[in-house]
Amino acid sequence: MSILDAAAIALRAIGGNRLRSGLTALGLIIGVSSVIVLIAVGQGTQKGITDQIQGLGTDLVFIEPGTSTDTATGTQGGPGSANTLVLSDVDAIAAAGVPGVTDLAGELTLEAQLVAGAENVGATIVGTTAEWPFVRDAAVASGAFFSSTDVTESELTIVLGATAASELFGEADPIGESVRISLAGGRVTFEFTVVGVMLARGGADGSEFDAQAYVPVTSLLSRLQFLRGSGGDVPVSQITVKTTPGTDQELTKQLISDVLLFKHGVAEADFTIQSQDDLISAASSVSNTLSLLLGSIAGISLVVGGIGVMNIMLVSVTERTREIGIRRAVGAQASDIVKQFVTEALLLCTAGGVVGIVLGVGISIGLGGREVGGQEMTTVVQLWSIVLAFAVAAGVGLVSGIYPAVRATSVDPIAALRNE
Amino acid sequence: MIRLDGVTRTYGRETSLVTALAGVDLEIGHGEYVAIMGPSGSGKSTVMNIIGCLDRPSAGDYRFEGIEVGRLPDRDRARLRGRVFGFVFQSYNLLPRMTALEQVELPLVYQQVPNRRRRAAEALIRVGLRDRIHHRPSELSGGEQQRVAIARSLVVNPRLVLADEPTGALDTRTGEEVMALLTRLVEDQGITVILVTHEQEVADHAQRTIRMRDGAIIEDTGRAAPAGPAARTISREVPA
Repeated sequence: MSILDAAAIALRAIGGNRLRSGLTALGLIIGVSSVIVLIAVGQGTQKGITDQIQGLGTDLVFIEPGTSTDTATGTQGGPGSANTLVLSDVDAIAAAGVPGVTDLAGELTLEAQLVAGAENVGATIVGTTAEWPFVRDAAVASGAFFSSTDVTESELTIVLGATAASELFGEADPIGESVRISLAGGRVTFEFTVVGVMLARGGADGSEFDAQAYVPVTSLLSRLQFLRGSGGDVPVSQITVKTTPGTDQELTKQLISDVLLFKHGVAEADFTIQSQDDLISAASSVSNTLSLLLGSIAGISLVVGGIGVMNIMLVSVTERTREIGIRRAVGAQASDIVKQFVTEALLLCTAGGVVGIVLGVGISIGLGGREVGGQEMTTVVQLWSIVLAFAVAAGVGLVSGIYPAVRATSVDPIAALRNE
Repeated sequence: MIRLDGVTRTYGRETSLVTALAGVDLEIGHGEYVAIMGPSGSGKSTVMNIIGCLDRPSAGDYRFEGIEVGRLPDRDRARLRGRVFGFVFQSYNLLPRMTALEQVELPLVYQQVPNRRRRAAEALIRVGLRDRIHHRPSELSGGEQQRVAIARSLVVNPRLVLADEPTGALDTRTGEEVMALLTRLVEDQGITVILVTHEQEVADHAQRTIRMRDGAIIEDTGRAAPAGPAARTISREVPA
């Protein structure tokens, strides 16, 4: 019997019982489509996180202060809990001429209220230096970023993020207007003059920047003496280093680390250095685990679908005992009977697989960009997930067809023909 | 052509052994038209099933064209059923979803021969079903269904047709028509026929009658015509 003959017989059997065939295939359709959708969601989440990290800028290295240790209890605080990083560290790294480093800026951040007239908005105040826009690839929409002279002179100038500016001043031009930074519920306030407004970054990852406001770190400290560290140096909560594209960031990290270790006069690092790649790979390993978990759950439904196919094929063999007997009597080989039932299971499963792929890809695309639980979904359909799901469906078809098919060949033709 | 030597067929295990055939010796030559008669349980269907390679003897030899086929592998026995034997059953044994044409085509599907459609249609025309080619069994009368089954048994140009109570489910007149058709077709083509029946009128179509009881032959009217040298010529064509 040729493959075409086997396929024709199988198609006829599948078509002869449409409802049953449809329900059997449904198990596989659900299995295949859920594998594709869940992997697309997992990978989409990963892409979202990666994009967010890349949205911070490009080719960046982040330095944060080390952990503090409570001398009494020995309890170690989280990263950044000690004031081990100071503004002069920025100068030291710049002076050391680490290859690949183009710009760097220290940042001291604090949460405060911005007040202009009757408007009042919560914002992250970033005390930094004039290099900040170069490090973060940020551009001003109007006015200018404060200058390095502003930093040395501790001028009371402020640059507003796009959202902060529009919330405080609406359509009006804020340049030259004064804004008060209000701390501790309004008990401490300082007046700053707006010199620039940043260009909106937009998107999920840019909104963080848009709500910020930037002031010279020195002016922030001249007003807030309590922030000042020991020895009169200016503590910073983060130093961001921009490197030229293609720089060996591992080497850069090593060199910066050496500079800081020497300057701090310590043997063990009292700071942490992470490149953007480090952050991405850390985030990726989490979301990969998530993808794997989601994929496995979907895989289980695929196996359950396969068991359904085997069950139906077994029932079908029992029901068609007489048919098998007739075919045997007119000269069908045992191998022809096996071929017939395996082809039937395979066709059922591959048809289910194809429908499942169409459905899965459709759902994935439909979900992308939609708000689910207040968060925008990102889905990335993976070719490998399609291939994998289809291969598993076809494999399931083969496996679940073989056992019933072999059972079919053990049918005794005489008994089958007597079977009315 | 066919030679059974001490063929025994038993069912079940030692404690509850049922003997269907108790040492049958039988010889059937080319072109013979043989009726096997006997009450139910006499073993007549078992003999037919063994000759048709649907069943195997428990003991004894079954030679077809000089070859011991009782112990051939399953594969070769399936090939014999498909190419050399034709079967007609009491209950027609047609597949419910197939048209008459597809039913007749079925043996050819397994032999992978060319012009399947045309050969099947010709076989149906020979049995007088020119207008019923695309009908399903449910749309055909009993006599028509049995004629489809006859066309199916003859489409492979068999050398032996085995008919098990072919008129058992038909009324007398239709049964007589079906028997007349079968007899005419096999005699035209010189096909050997073994007919199992318990009706004397049906058995009268045959040239030779074998009566069985309790798994043994009790009467044989004998061979009508000697097989002659033809047997040796054909024996070379027997499939391996």
